This record gives sequence, C-alpha cells and structure tokens, in this order.
Amino acid sequence: MLSIKDLHVSVEGKDILKGLNLEVKPGEVHAIMGPNGSGKSTMAHILAGRDGYELIKGSILYQDQDLFDLSVEERAQRGIFLAMQYPVELPGVNNMTFLKESMNSIRRVNGQDELDAVAFMKLVKEKAALVELPEKLLKRDVNSGFSGGEKKRNEILQMALLEPKLGILDETDSGLDIDALRVVANGVNALRSPQRSMIVVTHYQRLLDYIKPDVVHVLANGRIVRSGGHSLALELEEKGYGWILEEDAA
Amino acid sequence: MSATTETIEQLIDHGYVAGFVTNIDAETFEPGLDEDVIRRISLIKREPEWMTQLRIQAYQDWLNMVPPDWAHLKIPAIDFQTISYYSAPKKKGDGPKSLDEIDPEILDTYNKLGIPLEEQKALAGIAVDAVFDSVSVATTFREKLSEAGVIFCSMSEALQEHPDLVRKYFASVVPHKDNFFAALNAAVFSDGTFVYIPPNVRCPMELSTYFRINESNTGQFERTLIIADEGSYVSYLEGCTAPQRDENQLHAAVVELVALGDATIKYSTVQNWYPGDEQGRGGIYNFVTKRGDCRGDRAHISWTQVETGSAITWKYPSCILRGNDSVGEFYSVAVTKGLQQADTGTKMIHMGRNTRSTVVSKGISAGKAHNTYRGLVRIARRAEHARNHTQCDSLLIGDRCGAHTYPYIEVKNPSADVEHEATTSKISEDQLFYCQQRGLDEEAAISMIVNGFCKEVLKELPMEFAVEARKLLNVTLEGAVG
Ligand SMILES: Nc1ncnc2c1ncn2[C@@H]1O[C@H](COP(=O)(O)OP(=O)(O)O)[C@@H](O)[C@H]1O
Ligand SMILES: [Mg+2]
Repeated sequence: MLSIKDLHVSVEGKDILKGLNLEVKPGEVHAIMGPNGSGKSTMAHILAGRDGYELIKGSILYQDQDLFDLSVEERAQRGIFLAMQYPVELPGVNNMTFLKESMNSIRRVNGQDELDAVAFMKLVKEKAALVELPEKLLKRDVNSGFSGGEKKRNEILQMALLEPKLGILDETDSGLDIDALRVVANGVNALRSPQRSMIVVTHYQRLLDYIKPDVVHVLANGRIVRSGGHSLALELEEKGYGWILEEDAA
Repeated sequence: MSATTETIEQLIDHGYVAGFVTNIDAETFEPGLDEDVIRRISLIKREPEWMTQLRIQAYQDWLNMVPPDWAHLKIPAIDFQTISYYSAPKKKGDGPKSLDEIDPEILDTYNKLGIPLEEQKALAGIAVDAVFDSVSVATTFREKLSEAGVIFCSMSEALQEHPDLVRKYFASVVPHKDNFFAALNAAVFSDGTFVYIPPNVRCPMELSTYFRINESNTGQFERTLIIADEGSYVSYLEGCTAPQRDENQLHAAVVELVALGDATIKYSTVQNWYPGDEQGRGGIYNFVTKRGDCRGDRAHISWTQVETGSAITWKYPSCILRGNDSVGEFYSVAVTKGLQQADTGTKMIHMGRNTRSTVVSKGISAGKAHNTYRGLVRIARRAEHARNHTQCDSLLIGDRCGAHTYPYIEVKNPSADVEHEATTSKISEDQLFYCQQRGLDEEAAISMIVNGFCKEVLKELPMEFAVEARKLLNVTLEGAVG
C-alpha cells in the first residue's frame, strides 16, 4: 500500500524528517506517536502533497506509484484521505454542497456515476448518524463556527463518505471528550477492511484502546525510532518518551 | 511568491468568450461631437421638439462641466472628438421591426451570446430588448406583455408612441446636470429601454435588455427608464458584452427607475463588458449613472449587480427613499482582475419616515486590480426612524491587488440607526489545500470559495440569471474557457 524510504524533509531550512522509513500493508492500521514538534503533521502533509516542504531525498511509493508524481487532488482521487489536525473553515460554502462536490469529483475521475441529490442525501444522513454529527451541521457552512469536536466529527464524516484506501488521521482525537473519542474510533473501525489501510497519529493511548492498531511507531528525531505492538503504547503512556530518546541517542 | 499563488494567477488568465465581432453593414457617424451631431441624432429618431431642446441644453451644460476625479481610478484623458456618437445596423426597410427584417448576422450574434431573439427559442418567462450599438434591434414578447397593459419598448419608440409618459418622467430622477457623464448621455443618447407597468399589475414576465457594443470607435449611450405605477411589480435584468478590441470604448448610460406608492422594482445587472487584455490594452470604460426614486409610500427598489467586465467601472446605483416606509436595497459583486479598476457602490438617500436600506457589497480582486467600494448613506432631517445596514466584504486573490472601502455617512436625524460592517479576507493556502485534499481541483476549489463569498448577493438574482452569473464568475476567475 505505502512504502516510505529514507525520507528527508526540511521546512524553511530546518531539517524535520531525517531518514524516515515506514511500510504499511493493505488492511493494516498503524499508530504513530511521538513528542510535539517531532514531525508527525509534516509526514501527514507530505503524504497528502501539501506544498511548502522541501524534499531533500527519499521516496514514497503508494500502490506501486511514485507519490511525488501526483498532485494533491490526484492523491485524494486515488484514495488518500487526510483528516487534518486543524480542519479549515470555508465561510459561505455549504457543508452538504462541499461534501457532494468532493464525493462526485472523486467518483468522476474513477469512472463512477455522480450521485444524484436523493442518493447523496440518503448516504450522507446514514454516515452522519454513524459519526453522531447533528444533521443541522450539514446545512451550515463548512466548519464555520463549529466547535473543535464538531470539526473533528465532520472530518470523520468525510472519511466515511469518501471511503479512502489510505486514511491518515492527524491527532483527530486531541481535545475530544471520551464520547467523541469513541465516535472517532467507531468511524475508523467501521472502515476497517482488508483492502484499506490507516495511519493514526495520536498522543494518547486511550484512542488505541478502541482502535487496536496492528503496529505502534514512535516518531522522534525525524525518524521512526521504535516500533512494536499495542504494549508499546501502554509503555509510552506510563513512562513518556524520554527513555526512548535516550536509547536512540545511545 | 508561492507556487499556489502562481497557479491562481495563471487560472485567472482567461479568454473573453464574448469577444467576437459581427460583420454587418452599419450606418455610423463620423467621429466628433457638436450641436449638429446632436440635431442629426434627434432628427433620425424623429423626436419631438422638447427632446431636441433638452439634448441641446444638456450639451451646452456639458461643455462647462469636467469629468469627476474623486474616484479611486486612474482614468486616461478621453478625447470626446474621436468617438462616433451614432452607429446603427442598416435596416432593409423602414417601418416596424419584425424578426425577419433583422440582419441574420445580428440574430446570430445574439444566439452566440446565448440570447435567442426568436420567441419560441427564448428562455421561458423572459422578454428581451436587444440593443446593438446605438439602436434597439428587437423587442420580444411585446404582444403578450401589452395584454397585461405593460409597455416594453425601445426609448425611440416610446418617444413616438407614449410621448406624454416619457416627458413626465424622463430626467426626473437623473437630471442632466447631475454629473458630467449624465449630461453627455442626455445630449447624445441614442436608444435604450422604456418600461411602464400600470397600477396594480404584476408584470407577467421578467423583462430584460441586452446591450451589445459592436462597431469600433463608437460609444454606447443608452437610456433606460422604468416606471412602476402604484401597487405594481416588475423584475428587470440587464446584460452586456462587447468585442475584444485594442482601443478603449466608452459606455455612458443612464438608468432611471420610478417606483410609485406600494410598487416594487427589482433591477439586476450582469455586466460583462470586455475588460481589456493583460497589458491593460483595450476594454470598456463604463461610466454609468443609475438611480431609483421611491416616489410613493412603501415603494421598494432593489439593485443587484454582478460586475465582472470593463477596464474601468464607475457606477453607483442609488435609491432616493422619498416615500414613507420605502425600502432601498443594493446587492453587489464586483470582480476585478489583471489591470481592471472598479469604483462602485451606492447611495441611499433617506428622506421619508421609517425608510430602510440594506447594502451588501462583495468585492473580489485578483492580479494587480483595484476594487473600491464607495457608499453614501444620508439620513435627512425629517427621516424619522430611518435604518440602514451596510455589509461590505472584500476578498483578495494573490498579493498584488487592492481593496478599498470608503463609507460616507451623513445623519441629520438622531432617531436613525445606521450600521456599517466591513471585512477583508484572502483565499488562504489552507483553504485551497483543504479543498484539494478532498478531491476538488484548484479551479473548482476557487470557484467554490468565491461562490460562497458571494452567496448573499447571488441569491438575490432571478434564477436563470443566478446560473449565468455563477458561470460567469467561474469563467472570469478560472480560465475555464480553453
Ligand atoms: N510551515 C512551517 N514553517 C516553519 N516551521 C514549521 C512549519 N511547519 C512545521 N514546522 C516545524 O516543524 C517541526 C515539526 O512540526 P510538526 O510536523 O507539526 O510536528 P508534530 O505534528 O509532530 O507536532 C516543528 O518544529 C515545527 O515548528
Ligand atoms: Mg501535529
């Protein structure tokens, strides 16, 4: 599905990623943990194709294709979805219209028929119920004046609608109460399938209690410094990151 | 400059679809302006003597006036002697215009612009007056309208057939001395649209005029007069285009609206004059005086405009709220890109008691363009409990363009309630990235954000027009035309 090899990236002359390697197979869920500022969002943005980052060296293959050959929207159209750490507000743009445009532009390039208004409505209501997003938020402008939790649910709603092949969640759980956390986890679990992979960036082990990732990685010093099972997350919760950084330096 | 800004600017670079020229035989005056030219225009139109005199008086006064210089515009000096003041397609015969007497090239022009003049092909529910250079070439659905008592014809015909109505209202809202361009227009106007809605009649169709400048070196000086008698209602649309030419052309129109007691006039414009090329060569200079008079109690005048064209736009559709409880509205989207300049806004003159006005202005600038909102709200001494709300938003695309806001508020009655809100925002890279991450390409993303920004104004347009306006916004900003 995804193969990142020796990725080096800098932002405004500062090296952020320094030799990152990551292999994600179809059907796997990977959790990425790590201290603030370690480059987790940078990695997520690079995968989605955001500009403003300088690629020094390294390669990323997505479904055996060089990811750097694809524009942001081409990646999205081929199934990469990024639930953003800070979802953006689009004043004046109706949420429902946005969801429909988004969905149909992806369907169009994949040779599928566009959904008509009725079919779309039905689908969106079903998915909104799944992520417990109040229907009135569908009629509002995209993320405008949404609370933090509502924005995150709206991200999961979009993911549920677009059914990506590779879903990347960048701290979707940060700032959420336990109910919202469960909703996010349900959203992820509902999408789990042998063909679909997920990368879940999080600070908190409690999300992983619900999601149960296949692999847990620690991103620090610009690299994956340790990988393990769910128990690694529990260990981090207990002891913090200090010991790993020390071992890495040694 | 970031990669994103560059692509936005490439997208904005688009072709102008309406830029073709129609080859027809025209009768065009030699360039130049003097009393004789004015008398010849008046003679061709077989006008009554009072109109000839009004023109001459306007010309005499114009000679002593100077062009306005207070706008935030760089206006090159215009040599009024190099312009031709009359150009009309040669008619095959004289007498009433029927469609089969119109040059097929002209019919074809309107077809290409998406405004078929054959009634069976026309958009359902919209009657059109087609003004080609200086004259009205066709007016559709006249019979159907006359059954309702509605008069919808060219100004020239109105002067022949309804001279008393014209004389009563002509220049009663915009006197020729009002400003330099209004005086010039009164002197040389060649045609335009006349509308009269009788008392308590709801006009059964949307009325519209489509202005087309075709000849080179000509100016277009049309005059529109709409009278809604007591308790009547009319919705009127105006559209305009011109060929792509290297020289600038002048369009100096006057529009007068009169709404008597309990009458409503909704006036919508989609202005798409040729804006000039990237170097700023060519394009229409659009100097227009539009004013509505709420002459009776509870009269209602609403202006909606989507301005995407012209090299220079100078235009302030206004409302005189004379009647008690009368209502004035102004909804505007003005888009400037490349080297376009727009100075536009409104005047709301509150004279009656409990008069209300609403102003929503959305300015969008891209490239090196400048976009200015200029609005006056005046509350007269006797206008008890007048209310105004003004919302004025600017959206910048790229970092070389400018938005300017000049609100003027004059309140002479302490019971007035006047609110002004203004915002300036940019399409951010975060917004574009977000939309693109959801599978929209950059064009669709910009279009979505721009349409969202203009939503409050676009919803005021009649439905068929709103669709057109959205398309036009997309074309204007995204180079969707190959
Ligand atoms: N646009 C930017 N300009 C400058 N520095 C940046 C920018 N984006 C991220 N950084 C820096 O890169 C480092 C990694 O940031 P980020 O990827 O957001 O970390 P994380 O998501 O792991 O908290 C931080 O030191 C941050 O300050
Ligand atoms: Mg982050």
